[in-house]
Formats: sequence, C-alpha cells, structure tokens
Amino acid sequence: MHGRPRRPAKPEDEKAASAKAAKLRDLQAQVLQNHHSRTYTKEAIGLSFKLLEINPEAYTAWNYRKLAFQHNIKELSDPEAIRSAVDDELRVVEVALRQNPKSYGAWYHRKWLLNQKLAPVDSKREFGLLNKLLKVDARNFHGWNYRRFLARFMGVPDEEELKYTMDKISDNFSNYSAWHNRSILLSNLLIQQSKGFESKQKIFSEEFELVTQALFTDPSDQSGWFYHLWLLAQTSSPDNPQLIASWPCDGAKLSSSFVKENVEQNTLSSIWCHSLKEKTVPIVLYFNEPVKGLNQSSVKLKSDLDFGKDVHWRALSVTDSGYSNCWTTYLQITNECSSSQQYSVEVSIPSSDGIVSRSGSNYNCPVHFTFTIELISDDAQGIDLFDKPVAWNCSESLESHGNCKAIPFDPLKITSALVEDSNWHFERLTEEIDLFRELPDDKCKFVNLTLARLLLACAAIKSRGRSPIERKKYCEEALAHFSDLIHLDPSHKQYYEDERSLVLMDKLTCDMETFMKHCSVQVQNSVPLNHVQLCRLSLTCVGFVERLMWVQVLDLSHNSLRSIEGLEALQQLVSLNISNNHISSFTALEPLTKIMFLKVLDLSFNEIGAHSIDTTRYICSSPFSHKIEVCEAFEECQKKNINVEEYWDAILFFKSLKLAQLDIKGNAVASKENFRTLIMTLIPSLKSINGECVN
Amino acid sequence: MAEEPAAAGAAHEYPTIDPSFDVVLCGTGLPESVLAAACAAAGKTVLHVDPNPFYGSHYTSIPLLSLASFLSPDPSPSSSTVAAAATSGSHTVVDLHRRTVYSEVETSGAIPELARRFTVDLVGPRVLYCADEAVDLLLRSGGSHHVEFKSVDGGSLLYWEGCLYPVPGSRGAIFSDTTLKHTEKFVAYKFLKVVQEHIAATSASADERGEEEDAAMISEEDLYRPFVEFLNQHSLSAKMRAVVLYAIAMADYDQDGPEPSDKLITTREGIKTIALYLSSIGRFANAEGAFIYPMYGHGELPQAFCRCAAVKGALYVLRMPVAALLMDEEKKHFVGARLASGQDISCKRLIIDPSYKIPTLDVPSDDSNSNFPRSVARGICIFSKSLKQGTSNVLVVFPPKSLEEKQVAAVRLLQLSSNLAVCPSGMFMAYLSTPCTDASAGKHCIKKAIDALFSPQPQDSDGFEGHLESTSESTDDMKPTLIWSCVYVQEITQGTSTSGSSWSCPMPDENLDYRNILESTKKLFADIYPDEEFLPRNSAPVHGDDDSDSAE
Repeated sequence: MHGRPRRPAKPEDEKAASAKAAKLRDLQAQVLQNHHSRTYTKEAIGLSFKLLEINPEAYTAWNYRKLAFQHNIKELSDPEAIRSAVDDELRVVEVALRQNPKSYGAWYHRKWLLNQKLAPVDSKREFGLLNKLLKVDARNFHGWNYRRFLARFMGVPDEEELKYTMDKISDNFSNYSAWHNRSILLSNLLIQQSKGFESKQKIFSEEFELVTQALFTDPSDQSGWFYHLWLLAQTSSPDNPQLIASWPCDGAKLSSSFVKENVEQNTLSSIWCHSLKEKTVPIVLYFNEPVKGLNQSSVKLKSDLDFGKDVHWRALSVTDSGYSNCWTTYLQITNECSSSQQYSVEVSIPSSDGIVSRSGSNYNCPVHFTFTIELISDDAQGIDLFDKPVAWNCSESLESHGNCKAIPFDPLKITSALVEDSNWHFERLTEEIDLFRELPDDKCKFVNLTLARLLLACAAIKSRGRSPIERKKYCEEALAHFSDLIHLDPSHKQYYEDERSLVLMDKLTCDMETFMKHCSVQVQNSVPLNHVQLCRLSLTCVGFVERLMWVQVLDLSHNSLRSIEGLEALQQLVSLNISNNHISSFTALEPLTKIMFLKVLDLSFNEIGAHSIDTTRYICSSPFSHKIEVCEAFEECQKKNINVEEYWDAILFFKSLKLAQLDIKGNAVASKENFRTLIMTLIPSLKSINGECVN
Repeated sequence: MAEEPAAAGAAHEYPTIDPSFDVVLCGTGLPESVLAAACAAAGKTVLHVDPNPFYGSHYTSIPLLSLASFLSPDPSPSSSTVAAAATSGSHTVVDLHRRTVYSEVETSGAIPELARRFTVDLVGPRVLYCADEAVDLLLRSGGSHHVEFKSVDGGSLLYWEGCLYPVPGSRGAIFSDTTLKHTEKFVAYKFLKVVQEHIAATSASADERGEEEDAAMISEEDLYRPFVEFLNQHSLSAKMRAVVLYAIAMADYDQDGPEPSDKLITTREGIKTIALYLSSIGRFANAEGAFIYPMYGHGELPQAFCRCAAVKGALYVLRMPVAALLMDEEKKHFVGARLASGQDISCKRLIIDPSYKIPTLDVPSDDSNSNFPRSVARGICIFSKSLKQGTSNVLVVFPPKSLEEKQVAAVRLLQLSSNLAVCPSGMFMAYLSTPCTDASAGKHCIKKAIDALFSPQPQDSDGFEGHLESTSESTDDMKPTLIWSCVYVQEITQGTSTSGSSWSCPMPDENLDYRNILESTKKLFADIYPDEEFLPRNSAPVHGDDDSDSAE
C-alpha cells in the first residue's frame, strides 16, 4: 500500500478506462433516476450495488441504499428476515471495501448499519474483517477508526485493544495508527484509573522504554517520534491549566498621573496607566495553556470602585476557537472622583469547573491577587503624549527610575500541582536526554528536534523550581540544536527559526539580570514609559508575552518577524516599533487591532504588499468568510475611489486602530495609489504619518 | 535397512530389466535423485537402483532403531556373487566395493520409549531457506506436491557467553529484541539497512538503476574484502558480529583468527547469504522466519525427486545393489553395470552413490579433492523440553570459540518437535554438526555443545531423587535433560567425474542447507548432458497454487 511506485498507463489501459467510465456513467444515471423516483425494488437496489462494486466512492448511491434499506425494513417483522437483510447490506459494504479499503462512504455505511441496532452484531465477523484489512495495510486509518468504533460499540475493554496495538507495533513499528490508538487508549485507562493503570509514572516509564526501542532501531522512522512527542507532552506539562501571569500584578499600584516632582526625583512608587485617563483599567490573565470559560462567576472581582455594568471577559486571540491563553476585561470606572483617592481591586480565581482546557481538565489552583488604583485629577491628564513624532533609541536605564517593581516576575507565586512530583518528571526527561545524546546518528533531524524539545521541557520544569541559571543553560543547548536543524533540514527552516525565536526570547527574559539589559524608561513629554528593546536578534516570531504585559513601549525592529501573534496580550502597549522586519501582510498584523490604546506604530521597511500571495489571508477573518459585517469603512473608502476588493485587509486593519503616529514607508503597499488617502480616511486621529505631521 | 538383500541363489526373484538404458544411477541420495529427475525430464531412459530397501541413501531419514546398523554396517557386505575382474564378451567386469563413510559412532543414554516413532535424519542439522534453490527445484520439478514443510518457528538463537540470545534478523526482530542495548539496535539496523539497500540496488537492472541506487551499492573494493572487516567498519559489537557472521551469513570457521586464512568469507559471499536469508523471510505467508523443514524428515526430499523421475518414465528398483561395473576393452570407459541379480545393463552414463569406490581407469584423473579429506562431526539428541520456551523448532548457532578457546568452527544445532512428525509428541530431537579435519576434535566439539545446552540423564542409582528434583524444580530456566544421544563423524566427498562415462555424487556436506550440494549436482548434470537444460521450468505438471502450498 505504501511506497509503491505508480506505473504509467498503457494505451490499452486507457481504452479500458474509457469503457469503464461509460459503464459507470450509465449506472450512475440509472441509480440517480431510481433515487429521484424513490424506486426501492430489488432490481433498482441491485443496480446501486453494481455501481458501488465498481466505484465505492459514489456517495449518493450509499445514501440511496440507506433510504431503500429503511423503506424495505419497515415491511419486515420476522427477526430472521431482518437479520438477513442486514447481512446482505453488510456484504455489500465488504464488496465495496474489497474494491477500495479506504472508501469513506463504505465505512460510514457500515457504521450506520450497526448503529441501527436491528440485528445482533457478529463481532467475530467484524473483527475478522478488520484483521484481514489491517493485515493487508496495517496503516489503513479507516480500519483503525472502525476498530475504535467497534470496540466502543461492542464494549471491548481498552486493555484488550491496547494489547492489539502492541501486536501491530511488534509486527511493524512503523505504524502511526497503532501508536496513535495506543495514546488514546492509555489516556482513557489512566483517566479511569483502571486496574494496573493507577500510576501514570509507571505507565509512562514503560512507554518511554518501548518507544525508544523503536527510535533506536530506526531513527529515521517518524511514527515513533510522534508517539514520543505525545509522551513528552504528557510528562512535561501539568495536568490542569494554571494561571502564570496577570496584569496588573499582585500589589501593583496604578496611577492615572504623576506628580512631576516624583518623576524628576526618581521616586516613583506607582505605575502610570495610560488607560486610566479614560477611566478604564484592563485586567489581563495569562494561562499556561488555552482555556475557556472565564466569566463573572469563575473570576471574582471585589473592589470599592464601581464598575458599572457586567464584567465581560474576552479571549485575546486571533483565532476564534473560544480557547485562549490570554483573557482580558476592561473595567469601566463609573465613580465620581474629585480628589486623589486610592481604591483597591481584589481578583480571585477559585478552583472551578467553569474554566477548562482543551483536553477537558479543570482549573484547580486557586489564585488571589490585589492591586490598587490611584485616581488623580490634575492637569497631567491633558498631556498629549504623542503630539510630536517619536524618536526611538533615546531612553534611560530602567533602574534609575526605581520602578523595577513594575516588572512582574512570578507575580502570582504559583504553586502548581506539578511541583510535588516534578522530580519524577525531571528525572525522566533527564534520562531521555542522556539516552538520545548517546544515539550515534547526530545527523538525524528527529534526534535533534526531540533533544531540543526535551531540553525545553526541562527548562520549563526548572522555571517552576525557580532556577533561572539552569533554565538558561537548557535554553542555550536547545538553541544550538535549532541552529543545527536549520542547516540539517532546510525544508522546515521556518519552523525551526520560530522555535529558536521562542527559546531566545525565553533566555533573554527568564531572569531579571538578563532582562534588565533590554529594559529602560523612556520619558515622553515628561511621562516615563516602560520601554523594552529586543532588536537585531533575528526573531521570526514573539513568545513569552506573559513576561511583557507591563511594557508600554516595545522596540522589535531589525528582526525577521513574520508574525506578531501574541502581542495582543500587551494591553499596556502605547508605542510599537516593528520596522525592518519581514511582515508581509496586514492580516499578519491582526493582533494589533486588539490593543486598545496603541498610539504609535512603526511598520516601516517591511514587506507588506511585496508578495502577491498572502498565505495568512486565507485563515483569518475576512468579509468573505461572513464573520465580519461589511462596515461603514468600506462604504467610506468606496466614496473616495479606493479599491475595496484590493484593500479590504488594509481597511479592516486601519479602521480598528486609533493611532496618533504611523510609519509605513519602505513597504511596497505604501507607494500604491490612494493608499495615503485610505489611511487618512480610516484613522482620523492620526497626527503624523511616515514622520511628517499631518496638517 | 536391516533386511538382507535377496540371497545369492535367489537371482530368479529379481525382475528382468530391459538391458539397455541411457543412464543408470545407483543410490537414491538427493543428488542422484535430482539427476534422475533431470535426466528423465530431458527424455533419457533412466534406470535407478538402490541396494537399500528404502529411498535416500546417505540423505535418508531412518527409524531410530535402524540407525546403529546403518552407521556401522556389517563388515562383510560384499557378498559378491559375481567373480572378480573377469572379461565377458566385449567388456571387462570390475567388482564394485563400498567404503565406510561413518566413523567414531558413540551413543549414550537409553533408547527412549516409543522408539519406533522417532525418525532420524542422516543429513541433520539441515533446513531449507524459503527462497533457496532447493525450494525452486521442488517447485520446478513438481516435487513440491510430494513434500510438506513446516517453518522453524522459533527462529535462530546464538550461544554467546554461556547464554542463548535471539538472532535479530529483521527490523521487527531488532525492535522487539529485549537483550539488545539501545545503541546496539541502532548499529544493527543501520547495518541491515546498508545491506538491504545494496541488495535492492543490485537487483535493479543496470539501465533502471539511478544515481540513488548507485550510491546505495557497497563498493567493489569492500565486496572483495573479508566480511569481518566490513562488519568492523560498521562498528558492530562483538556479539552482533557473531550474529551476522555465524547465524545469518553462516560462516563455518573463525573469522576473527589472528592469521588471515582462506576460510575467511568475503563481503560478497556474506551478503549473498544475507540476501537469501532476507528474501526467505515472508516468502510464504504461513512460514515464520527464513527456514522450513520437511515433514517426516529430510528423507522425503530424494523420494520426491525420485517420484518426479518415475512420472517421467524412470525405472526404479530397490534392494538392488550394483555388483560390478563393465569397462570397455581398453579400460578407458565404463559401458554398463552388472546388477546383483547378475544381469548386465549397458548404458552410456553411469552415476554412482559416493559410498562406492569407483575403480580407477587407465586414464589420468584429477583427484584434486582427495588431497583434503574433509569430515563433519554430527550429533543427534533426544530430550523432552524445548530449548526455547513456547517454540517447537529452533536453530542454535555456537560461534567459534564460544564453547572453548580451541573451537575452530561454528557448531549448529537444529531442534525439531513432534509437529514435524519425526518424534512422538512431547519429545524433541536435536541435530548438531560442525566441520572438522580431525575426527576426535570434531566429536569433542559436538559433545561440548551438547553439555552446554543439556543436563545429563540422572544416574540410575539416584533415579528416584532425580525424579523428585525434576518435578519440584520445573523452572523454565532449567536445561532440558538429555535422554539419548549419538555422536559420529561422516566423511565428505565431492561430486567427481571419471573419464566422461561415470560420475560420483557428493556426500551430505557440513552446511545447513542444500545450496552447495545442488550447485555441484547442477554441474554434474552439465557435465553429463552438456546440451540439455537442467530441469526446465515447464517440466513440472501445472498446478496453480505451487507457491502457496509448499510451506505448511
């Protein structure tokens, strides 16, 4: 079935093929005719069999047979007759499967038949059929799917099915389906705590042992590595979702303004929050894995401030799966506040069935944190931060302003469930690392990749144990593996570059000392802004945004960014520089539309408009996917003779921004006709574009 | 066997035979039988006689009780009825004498109960590769319809440092082998892959071979180097090297010896055997592993070929010794044979069992082989517990030096069970062999191997105690107890030709399979009938499912 070369068709084959096609067309027409006229006679049904015998993919014929079967079975009452009718139908499926063992229609028909529960199922026959099929092609995933269905249907214990996967793996371990089924069965058995499956550690140790046998026998076979990846994920991530960061962090003091003297004397004690000017406080919660179900009851807020209406949590994510790592709510302060006054806000997330991860596990480590808000009404409120074009690279060291506290490191002091048994996990991972280092084939990409992943998993565990130095060591080693992989496996270069970027960001931000080298304070119109500079690092994507949620000015220029996914978590961001990167479309900038108070954006010298095909365009929200209502912006643009069909993505992007400054020069799109008009139309708040003031 | 041939005076009991044939063969060993089938298939008139009352000669399987008398026949078998060298008519009559081919026969233990139900091979240990020449010949000649095979289901084991280890001969076997370390697995499969790719590349014809295939080929230079060097180059561990050399490539002699000798197999030879091994695995859907064994013993094979010959018109007479040969007057050519019945048969070609001493002719002969008398020491054991739990038939290889420092050649052992109908159920038989030049050294080696795997039969005096012990300690790791054993040495002779009118066939050799024997048989046929095709493919009766039913 696999790896057989296709042989070129001979002329006589072609002749036979055209004869077959003619016959098929004829049969198909007749079956359709019968289908329309609801003719369910024996002869008519026989015709559909003839069609399916040749072409099991004729889905309509299967549907016709279903209707015919339902129609005819009504007239039968004798259980023997029903049984033989079901039997005949099953035989038709078998004939079709002989023609094409991977026919979706045929397999579905069989499942449908069994699900009718009209006659007792002959399990010997069903499993016999499966055994025969899987002997011919052990990787026929239709067969495996059906097997899972059948095992559930017949109530076959998972233990037995697990044994079957082992048999198949022993036959030939190059079998994705068998490994995959094994992972499903083991997950079930572990969740059910079946006999012999009480200890996750014991089971996973055995599975690691098993799969490494395959990996060492033939490292170039992928199937085992996939299973290993699954095991690694089970070993290195906690069972339940955890909150890993928040903004504001515990104990933070937010202020709407600064006392000028304090700024000058570097005696700041509170964090200036831009949005307070508009009486809005964002709260951002960041989880270690995507979750859903955050709402008023799963996240409790307590405050002497008045937030008016319902608190509404929304996912900060560019996908719309409903799950997200990052959740936010904007608190609207409705209090009348005349004088300087401090208010406290308490946030607590109890263990809750409401918050669940993709795998279905609940949030179960209660967290509680408090921050205070200082509302000051003074003239500072009137300051327009960005009346003049921003000049980058003029900032002071962060320490001199004494608000290092603003950087939230491990703000929640999380004690995760994993910490208790993390020793086993860590030992297991270390063993695996030692083992793969021994594998003599260092040219194998899977070895390198798995080693890198193991090292990162170790790094992740180490961060929970708070050993940044060890974490950095693991990161560095992983970086070396990704660099090797970029050369070793050029066809997956971009993936490795992304992974390397993530590790690099981890390394640079995982401890205070290293991170501080990239942090500073930028005074803008006498307002000090937290500034982070991560330039010239060859980053292709951004990660570990949970450590950047306090950043107000971010400089990511001179990297190789293709995506900025994740930046949407940076709700404090007012100024962003992503110039001199490889951003190639507006759709890739979608995360920015979720940052409410972004004022300054430097997009200069990217590749927007340079590529005729925008690959991200097809997977994001567009007017054509009916997810976005055609808005006024389109009409407005049309009035100004802007080609909406061409610029819909630009229009959607700019209309969601309230920028004061934009720099888009050096992009192919910027020189296009009408483009400046488009921007000016959509962003009326714009004060400067490409470094020039807008009159 | 024990049956005496017809008494001297009873000549009238012999049937009268047409006095002239194209070919007369004496002895029904495998080579003679294959030749008979080939000659008959080529349309020759064939007379095939055998002094024994059964088929197979030195390739036969005989009842256990007849073994002793077969190995050490009565010293006075030449009950020659015909006068010595006499001239009658136009030709000279020369008496034919037999020589002893078996020596040093030594049995121990008591003949087990149900002794009648044990059948003993004289060629053991021997198997067929599923994809070897013997299987092809059986299919081609139609002989496959007369034999049934079962697989050596337990695969092969290597005796290494006092323990038995499985021989991982395939990717799946390497994966599930629990005795191999991680890196050993890696090295083993990597080596296997190199060999497989080479085999695949060489089997592709030259014009459809691309650059990729060329790159996968092992260089000519490597192919002519000793195989052991090639293995070292692939950094195989000592144990894996032994596995490949002795249990898969089936090398006989120590390949790691200090001085280079002509006994080193080359990479080309090694890979040829591995290729056969690999192509044998999975050839027949119902055969596990690479090896198959004929039900009822190896004696079935010569018989199958005899039947093929008979179908094509060959005439068979058992219990009919050839008493003398007929020579032309110049004593340059044989022209016929005188049977024990006294009848003279004239023939153009005479093919004789290797146990007959062919009288020398007055022509120069090339006796190059006789300068190197070769022997093989063989052993037969009977016991009641499988060497490998849960399997019935299994092959064990003892690489050189694994039993003792002075062991120069590999010892091979084949365990057979009752599923082959060679012994009663619950019993097992094992055959051992090792090539040797010195008979006592060879025997010593076989005995060492037996001692390594079996525990001796408890003495009669403490039989009661022993019985107690064996019931209370029936643990799985206990060695099987030896019930009966026999060790002997057999001389090996090659096929030879004398003056283009008589030929002598090879004796069973030291190998595990029939490849060499059939190779020399083919050569003999080419010498006998240079213009005839050897068992042409269409000579077999047509049967659709030849391939599928030849195993099990």
